[in-house]
Amino acid sequence: MVTLRIILLLFLILCAVAVSFSRRLLVSVSIYMAFSLALALIWLILESPDLAITEAAVGAGISSLYFIMLKKIRSIQTAADRQNDRRRGTPTGGGD
Amino acid sequence: MEKHRPKTEYSRRERFTRWCVGEYDPSAERLETRAPADEAARLELQRLQEYAANADRGIHHELYELGLRRRVGLFTRFYRVAAVLFALFLAGVLLLTVSYLPRFGDVSAPENNEVARRYIEKGLEETGAVNIVAGMILDYRAFDTFGESCVLFVAACCVLFLLRVDGQEDPRSQALEDMSDRFFEPRHDAILQMSARLLVPVITVFGIYVVLNGHLSPGGGFSGGAIIGSGLILYLTAFGFARTGRFMTEKLVKILTVSALSFYCAAKSYSFYTGANHLSSFITPGTPGAILSAGLIVYLNICVGIVVACTIYSFYVMFRKGGF
Amino acid sequence: MGASILTNYEEIGAVLLFVIGLVNLLLQPNLVKKIIGLDIMDSAVYLFLAAKGYIAGRAAPIYTGGVTDASLYINPIPAGLVLTGIVVSVSVSALMMALTICLYRQYHTLNLDEIMMLLRRQEAEQLQHLAAEERPGDLP
Repeated sequence: MVTLRIILLLFLILCAVAVSFSRRLLVSVSIYMAFSLALALIWLILESPDLAITEAAVGAGISSLYFIMLKKIRSIQTAADRQNDRRRGTPTGGGD
Repeated sequence: MEKHRPKTEYSRRERFTRWCVGEYDPSAERLETRAPADEAARLELQRLQEYAANADRGIHHELYELGLRRRVGLFTRFYRVAAVLFALFLAGVLLLTVSYLPRFGDVSAPENNEVARRYIEKGLEETGAVNIVAGMILDYRAFDTFGESCVLFVAACCVLFLLRVDGQEDPRSQALEDMSDRFFEPRHDAILQMSARLLVPVITVFGIYVVLNGHLSPGGGFSGGAIIGSGLILYLTAFGFARTGRFMTEKLVKILTVSALSFYCAAKSYSFYTGANHLSSFITPGTPGAILSAGLIVYLNICVGIVVACTIYSFYVMFRKGGF
Repeated sequence: MGASILTNYEEIGAVLLFVIGLVNLLLQPNLVKKIIGLDIMDSAVYLFLAAKGYIAGRAAPIYTGGVTDASLYINPIPAGLVLTGIVVSVSVSALMMALTICLYRQYHTLNLDEIMMLLRRQEAEQLQHLAAEERPGDLP
């Protein structure tokens, strides 16, 4: 059990560091979702199932908010965006 | 000061005459910014104007930019070093503190005091909730949870202020939002619609189960509400606003949220009106383990669930289109 | 140094996460990553609280078989505090995301340094504009 705890904590720290070093915002948000999932497992190990279920549910809700925000700030590029970029020669996305 | 005074006087008079003739409107573009109510703001504005007027504009601009850039560069370097040093210092202090804390999982730690013991020993008898955490946050500390639901409501209101697009006042941006929404979101995606058709009822029923069983098992209003909200978001993503707009209108969300909050407020106010001792009220704890036990906790859980679900759904809707 | 640094893994992890989130918040120019950094700081505080409530060898705070013996269940108070905190942190990050969208609509960038530069330039231009308006006699 101690090994699992340490592995999960190291995974959390790895995720937290990777968020700031990833170049695209979509990758950062996905890593943060993995962070949230690992945190839900830690709540389960710490004998707090209330927290685990809340963290999992809230993680699902907030991930959709993050994704829709990335769409609004045009960090998730669609095919039309890429075509536009190629024509203008500059990226439009807010990704870093 | 002396030099400028007659000029401005003159220009004011001239402007006044022009205004009388009708070719100059002083309120045209800057009435709101140019009505300094207090003396300090007026003096500050005057000082700024004089400063700007006295400097030679082109050269001043260049110098300003250059100096600004140098200063910003210096400041950035200093700021980075200071931030890293501060973070290291904070980490050192906190780790030192952690090393003197009681050991992990220690029974004799000071936070395991008589409060927790009392919650566990008397909780079943006083609140009737099998889940001690639910009994604690919705009975002993119900006002805390009420304030927290209000925080959610206020956050939803603030997002509404920031992102709302009113179609009647501003049809152009409404059309723009609609267009970008149509452009970004999938329409009639068969895979998405089929999986949503299968998943959304299951998710919603599971959310309702979690809310209603909040006093018996892990879960409760917060997690159940978030699950229901996520189900609604999935439904909206698959079928678009035309389908969800039939039942989740702005009016419904408003009515649900406000009535849930008022019911919560009224229920807990009643309990505090009777001397904060709701044991004598007509709602009894009932048999522990039954679905309709634990007094008010079931109803409060439903209220919290409604508030959370509506908040998460309205966050999503506001982010996506700026309106329901 | 005290002795319990060898056993308090959760607390050490919480401290490190808090500091990583803080550095993210201070040094990252991108606004979205700043928001994620704040979320990480939130999670670190919750992790610390929940770790303090854990008691080794005891069960989750849900009565099993109607036994109300306090020596069987872990401390429920940190769980209650964290439960409300998680949902509040969601609303906080949603509010900040809304502000970010507003900023992006205004300046078309997410980089805070660029936004500050644009703001300063706007200020300088406004000053010039004011100066030009205040001296009608000087104009040719």
